[in-house]
Amino acid sequence: MKTLIKKVATAALSAALAASISVTAQAEEKIKVGFVYVGPVGDAGWTYGHDEGRKEMLHKLGDKVEATYVESVPEGADAERVIRKLAQQGHDLIFTTSFGYMNPTLKVAKQFPKVKFNHATGYKRSKNVGTYAARFYEGRYVTGLIAGEMTKSNVIGYVGSFPIPEVVQGINAFTLGLRETNPDAVVKVVWINSWYDPAKEREAAEALIAQGADIINQHTDSPAPVQAAQDKGVLAFGYDTDMSRFGPDAHLSGSLVHWGDYYTDVAESVLNDSWTAKDIWGGIDSGMVKMAPYNKKIPADVVTAAEKARADIATGSLTIFEGPITAQDGSVKVAGGVKLTDGEILSMNWYVEGVEGELPQ
Amino acid sequence: MDIELITNVLFAMVRSGTPLLLVALGEVVCEKSGVLNLGQEGMMLMGAVTGFIVSFSTGNLALGVIAGMAAGIAMSVLFGALALGLRANQVATGLALTIFGAGLSAFVGTAYVGKPLTGIEALHIPLLADIPVLGPVLFQQDPLVYIALMILAAVWLFFRFSRPGLMVKAIGENPESATALGLPVLTVRWLAVMFGGAMAGLGGAYLSLAYTPLWAEGMTAGRGWIALSLVVFASWRIGRVLLGAWLFGLASIMHLVLQGMGWSISSNLLATLPYLATIVVLVILSSNASRIRMMAPVSLGKPFHPST
Repeated sequence: MKTLIKKVATAALSAALAASISVTAQAEEKIKVGFVYVGPVGDAGWTYGHDEGRKEMLHKLGDKVEATYVESVPEGADAERVIRKLAQQGHDLIFTTSFGYMNPTLKVAKQFPKVKFNHATGYKRSKNVGTYAARFYEGRYVTGLIAGEMTKSNVIGYVGSFPIPEVVQGINAFTLGLRETNPDAVVKVVWINSWYDPAKEREAAEALIAQGADIINQHTDSPAPVQAAQDKGVLAFGYDTDMSRFGPDAHLSGSLVHWGDYYTDVAESVLNDSWTAKDIWGGIDSGMVKMAPYNKKIPADVVTAAEKARADIATGSLTIFEGPITAQDGSVKVAGGVKLTDGEILSMNWYVEGVEGELPQ
Repeated sequence: MDIELITNVLFAMVRSGTPLLLVALGEVVCEKSGVLNLGQEGMMLMGAVTGFIVSFSTGNLALGVIAGMAAGIAMSVLFGALALGLRANQVATGLALTIFGAGLSAFVGTAYVGKPLTGIEALHIPLLADIPVLGPVLFQQDPLVYIALMILAAVWLFFRFSRPGLMVKAIGENPESATALGLPVLTVRWLAVMFGGAMAGLGGAYLSLAYTPLWAEGMTAGRGWIALSLVVFASWRIGRVLLGAWLFGLASIMHLVLQGMGWSISSNLLATLPYLATIVVLVILSSNASRIRMMAPVSLGKPFHPST
């Protein structure tokens, strides 16, 4: 027993010693930051956005940081191996950028208590695992305001991926914006059950255009819906990154995500030793959500109104999910003056008035 | 459903059926000669990526289409070397080709992801394009759709009326007897395999140059497999390949159209329709043992040893 205590004490002592050494080393040397990506860095969507954030962090912090990334890492057992390898290689801070990395991240984090982890779009945290995500829906509300002014047929087509709260939030926020400027307009949603299938995304956009939609919005990752809109002579909103090059005439704007500031802040917090496991859900106010450039087709007063809404969202004087909000069936879902909590937004499984069709449950 | 919507749906059906038609035509010729190539998905992806890279670099779409076909042929030569030359197991070789093609296309295409390209544009055929309904559906498509239909007609005529067509069928049915008759079994099989490769490459190039003019890793999304099941669905009949390709195309469009119309059928269920249809056909075909023997080339998938 005595020897065991002695052994534990020695181990603890050496661990503490090692920790203090690494702390001093950190203060003098640069930190190593690792990124795990689910797609290739050139996917023109999700992973591309994260990699732009990584580059911005490198640019802002200069030689204080060093960054490595591993791309196209499948979610699951392979992810755990990659994350563990990054931790073993002495990375001080690791970003795992896809929902499916949640459990592998927590597992590896347990084995490397000194390494800081931040996991995107997850909901499980621990002492050294923080989470982060973006309030895409804020940007989608702004695109809705524009859509209401630009539609002639009063039918907007929406290419959806999976009927999960993240996507439903976007549809509802978009529809609220749309009906704010055009109470007669409706949104038709088509689910393709995939995040990334260019051909299917295009077919869905074409099916919607055939049914009278003159603006296409999307919550899928490829620019195929924007291309379809361009070919058919209708309008579109992109997503994730600026997709205007895929449809210069069609692309009106889009809700973009911008990780650069967040990555820089987190790396700085590790540099000055103030990192804690936080849950960040950033929107327009934090600069995490931005708008793609507005197409010249949009009249100046519409752009002004959209920019005003964007500014009001940033200052907090405009809250998107604030009552009165009418549900699809006409009943009052949120009473006047009541704001939905983050928890309620994160579990959203109902449509607002103006969305057509039934939400698959 | 008004007439305009029906026209739009039928137009989309022909378009989305075209890559399936091309790939299935290639495979049906290959299988009629007795060779089963499961590498369609890999050959398609190589065709898609090569076609895109060449078109993007040269700005010439026709060159991209040819390069896509060439890439498909190159992949099929690899398959032929293993399955015909070394008499490796065709199923295993085909599967390996699919995995290899998926990986290699992702590797060579990395720098081209997210690059915009003006794709192949529609070509209205004078006079015919003005026919109501039929005009917009069949004669306002892009040139590759017309080419696909011409290839279909050529393959049908080939098997129906030509001596070489009969030769391919004879070799697929009984390579030993064909050898005894002095028919060049291996040469014919090589040509059939390469034709299959060219068609798969063309089908892939159709996706990356006409249907959705962009390159994305794994962009065929299982269409090579649908084309394979289409061959069984068509029970190796050329005419039925067209019927099947359009039916499969329609099924993949309809589940999107019906959602837009507010039908509350699960979109997951509707998306399974092409596969359900194939299973039903397989069940019907195999309910009668002699019927399936009549349909499938007898030597399908069996390596050929000239000595035995």
